[in-house]
Amino acid sequence: MHLQTLPWIILFLPLLAAVVITLFTQRDRKTSATLSISAIVIGFVLTVIFIKANSFNPEVKEVSLNWLDIGPLQAEFGLRLDALSLMMLLVVTGVGSAIHIYSWGYMHEDRCFSRFFASLSLFTFSMLGIVMANNFLQMFISWELVGVSSYLLIGFWYEKASAADAAKKAFITNRLGDFGFMLGILIVWAALGSLNFGKLEAGLADNPAALGSLATLGGLLVFCGAMGKSAQFPLHVWLPDAMEGPTPVSALIHAATMVAAGVYMLSRTFFIYTPEALQVIAWIGGCTALLAALVAVQQNDIKRILAYSTLSQLGYMVMAVGLAAPEAGMFHLTTHAFFKALLFLGAGSVIHAMHHEQDIWRMGGLCKKMPVTYWTFMVGTMALAGVWPLSGFFSKDAILAAAWHHSMPLFIIGVGVAALTTFYMFRLVFVAFLGGERSHEVGHAHESPWVMTWPLRILAVFSIVGGVIGVEALFGGMLHPGGEHPHGLAAQLVYPFKHAPVAALSGLAAFGIGLFAAWTLYARAKEDPLPARIGTLSRWMRDRFYFDELYEATVIKVHDATAAVVDWFDRWLIGFAAVRGSAGATSLFGNVLRFIQSGSLQAYAFLLVLGVAVILFFVLGR
Amino acid sequence: MNGFPWLTVLTLVPLIGGVLVVGMGGQKQLARKLTLGLSLLSLGIALLIWKNFDAASGDLQFSERLDWVKSLGIQYHLGIDGLGLLMLLLTAIVTPLSLMAFWHNHDRSHIFGALVLWLQAGLFGTFTALNFFHWFIFWELGLIPAFFLVKFWGGPNRGPAATQFFVYTMVGSIGLLLAFLALRLATGSFDFIELAAMAKRGEISVKLGDALGWKSLSYSTLALLVFGLAFLGFAVKVPVIPFHTWLPVAYSEAPSPVTMLLTGVMSKMGVYGFLRILLPIFPEQVRLVLTPLLWLAVLTIVLSACAAFAQRDLKRMLAYSSINHLGYCLLAMFAAAGAATMVNQPELQKAAALNGVLLQMFNHGLTASVLFLFVTLLEKRSGGLRGLDDFGGIRKVVPVFTGLMGISLFSSLGLPGLNGFVGEFLVFKGAFPLAPWTTAVATIGLLVTAVFLLTLIQRVFCGPLNEKWAKLPDLTASELWLVIPSTVLMFVVGIYPQLVLGVIDATVVKLVQQLNF
Repeated sequence: MHLQTLPWIILFLPLLAAVVITLFTQRDRKTSATLSISAIVIGFVLTVIFIKANSFNPEVKEVSLNWLDIGPLQAEFGLRLDALSLMMLLVVTGVGSAIHIYSWGYMHEDRCFSRFFASLSLFTFSMLGIVMANNFLQMFISWELVGVSSYLLIGFWYEKASAADAAKKAFITNRLGDFGFMLGILIVWAALGSLNFGKLEAGLADNPAALGSLATLGGLLVFCGAMGKSAQFPLHVWLPDAMEGPTPVSALIHAATMVAAGVYMLSRTFFIYTPEALQVIAWIGGCTALLAALVAVQQNDIKRILAYSTLSQLGYMVMAVGLAAPEAGMFHLTTHAFFKALLFLGAGSVIHAMHHEQDIWRMGGLCKKMPVTYWTFMVGTMALAGVWPLSGFFSKDAILAAAWHHSMPLFIIGVGVAALTTFYMFRLVFVAFLGGERSHEVGHAHESPWVMTWPLRILAVFSIVGGVIGVEALFGGMLHPGGEHPHGLAAQLVYPFKHAPVAALSGLAAFGIGLFAAWTLYARAKEDPLPARIGTLSRWMRDRFYFDELYEATVIKVHDATAAVVDWFDRWLIGFAAVRGSAGATSLFGNVLRFIQSGSLQAYAFLLVLGVAVILFFVLGR
Repeated sequence: MNGFPWLTVLTLVPLIGGVLVVGMGGQKQLARKLTLGLSLLSLGIALLIWKNFDAASGDLQFSERLDWVKSLGIQYHLGIDGLGLLMLLLTAIVTPLSLMAFWHNHDRSHIFGALVLWLQAGLFGTFTALNFFHWFIFWELGLIPAFFLVKFWGGPNRGPAATQFFVYTMVGSIGLLLAFLALRLATGSFDFIELAAMAKRGEISVKLGDALGWKSLSYSTLALLVFGLAFLGFAVKVPVIPFHTWLPVAYSEAPSPVTMLLTGVMSKMGVYGFLRILLPIFPEQVRLVLTPLLWLAVLTIVLSACAAFAQRDLKRMLAYSSINHLGYCLLAMFAAAGAATMVNQPELQKAAALNGVLLQMFNHGLTASVLFLFVTLLEKRSGGLRGLDDFGGIRKVVPVFTGLMGISLFSSLGLPGLNGFVGEFLVFKGAFPLAPWTTAVATIGLLVTAVFLLTLIQRVFCGPLNEKWAKLPDLTASELWLVIPSTVLMFVVGIYPQLVLGVIDATVVKLVQQLNF
């Protein structure tokens, strides 16, 4: 088979699966799941084959077709395959496969099993579309499709009002960012006359001033798209609510892939951002990381803790891009995909065993009941907290090193967030897995079936080794050519300590502090000791700094009020002009209306046509 | 092919067919079948015309020209370009859908059928006529059956709604008539093409001034006045806010099959008028008042979306949404009419904007009529209830209905892969460089559209099931046949928009040249 056709197959297989499931196999649960799972697993295998044959740097990087062709205006539909997209392809299909398989076990008893897999496949297709897009328009299209498939998945249990609400909120918040994204694309398109990433990059390299005075604005508008998808402050409010979806969805969409799309897009379009734009991006990322980490400290729902943790880590990645180190952002994205998917699936396994109980204060002592889940969860936690030599250490260190070189305040925020991360994750582990049983459900809990535990084991392996398998060198080579990048296992293991020792040691110190604090406070806690110690701050953290309430009171109120005023005004105008109240109407239409009220309308219509004819002939015959 | 008067035949089929159907009053079943057959025949002819249409040329095709009243310079002049063809196809597609939506209603169905056919004839005539005289006759001919359709088959407030609809449009028409009488007096021509040629040479306002010079009015003020009269006619029809107040009442009181025609095709008469008549004949005047026109378009987009959000009745909500969608057409049209001296490649942006307008007209016609079709089906099941809060959770009992209506709703909110996206994207692509501020503000409309359409889905289909509807029947096989072709068309246009763009592109190029002076 010709190798250039492989990417098309990888892209369209999941779509095919989604269509076939929707149209034909709704009733046949097994076939539906098999179709969906094989579509993504085959995609993963084909990706590996493609990379084996072409390496990460194929000779032919793009394949494309003409999609829109109206005179001089053309838009193509094409795929771009370089190190960035191929690595991302591996992550999406690889982690996606694990999650698809896990879903078989997790969703087994659901009435709408087939619909679940159809939506999952639709999502995979859209996500692959973002990853392989070679131009802005196609990326935007896939971007919106990701939005809608995530809408379908978050609102999967649509009978639950909260799920339907969360789905709507996610879609609309994302759309808000998307319109910024669209305007940004239009600015770039109008100024440079192309949508193709390669051509844009070349055009800007030839003439860096091509975007003119709009350069910063255009870049920031494009960034708006990433703010929506990657849930950056102030558009972050949808992500925690999105946990209403089934847990595999949270793992796939809201940890490993969809939310990473924003960071991926920033790296893909890194060349359009001016230093001023990057400054803004870095600070938004830093603020998101800090705020979300603070909130995570006082959440009690296991999925919400992970959701805020995701927000916080996404903040790190965005900050890395803003610090002109997109390769560090992508590196963290990759390792994060492994350990956060692992953590979510672990949480799903716990929730499954606890019969949909999600409050960590009602768990406790699960380490003995669910050893595989416990140990893999522990690996994920340590990777997230940045324990050397697990994957999270290296990627987080790359970001801290970038901050160390560029911006002291952001470096301090970064280290602080690292300490908070360790603290809230070990709080979760100590309360949920160690100690005594906190409710009688724990007594009935037992380990999940193998379809659920094997994905955990595989992801755990990658969470351990993900930092030293050459991911950084790969991204670094592409996004920052000319920089020094470690090769070889030993070199990679010690690289952080040589390259930026302060950053590496601060990261480890942050881990130590976080772990110590969590141990003192939570190792033997019956209830959360923090509210008593820090009072108001704890309440603010628990209530997510009141962002939802703030939006409710401002944006949504203004919107509702505008709608009401417009509606009232319209009804009033109608009432004024309506034929019901003849006085007002007469003043508007005068004599014309008197006809209607006196005679029959048929006569009126006839008279009017007649009148028209008479006037016409009178005037023309003059 | 060009020798045969296809366009006349296309108009005559429903016109004469309507008479036949009325004559068969006794045999209602047969009359009904004949009506549908005739509308399908029109669809066939329209498809035939499409097949023989030369898409590479932006010139008028299938032209027919006869002297009618020679002494008055009134000619029977027909012809279509890509724009006309697109509107013919849309009319031909929506009419049978509307008839089938009314299929199970036996209330004077033969009269209903005849009126729909006459309405269709009026629309065909309007979209093909190139001489003001008979164009205006058809323009009015479309209005009269529509009036009776609302008046006889409408909801509880049908009387006032129909009257208001009629009077409002009539006032607009009078404005149009006066404007064209003035033009006729000044130039001696009723022909759109001739008038446009004169406008391009900059002769119109001079001639108007010479012929009608009135008191101390300057030439440009006078021309602006005439433009204002013509503008009124089309602005009411589209409608442009604040000339829209007839619409929500008329759309919600009309029986849903008629609303399909009102929103699907009749609203396009206004946009068509702007493109075919107003912009080519009054380009200078449009430029003079361009900024207010652009803001009027933005106002139309944003306010209608906000108003839609405040509605609690599905039909009223979709009615406002319809205003909103046509607002994008207005925005792009006005943006493309500007001088655009500061813009990179202005022709390309204008072409994108106008391609977007035409595509949006077609897409809106399709999507909006299918949405009202779904409302018809819902009303049929609920015994006339159609409030936002009357349902709840019915997705569980009617999954297929939900899925298909969901597709139409997402098409309406511009989801890529469905037809709505490409048109709106091209509109924004073209309009943004030409009029950045207004276009940026207009994106609010897109966002609010998403808000109210998702609210609709959430309130009607999601949440806990309202037990009252536990036995709601899902779509029947015959209803599926009604809905699926149009749904497939939505996907086809969304995935392969070149299907439509290929037909209109040459026309748009010509229109852009027309607007450049």
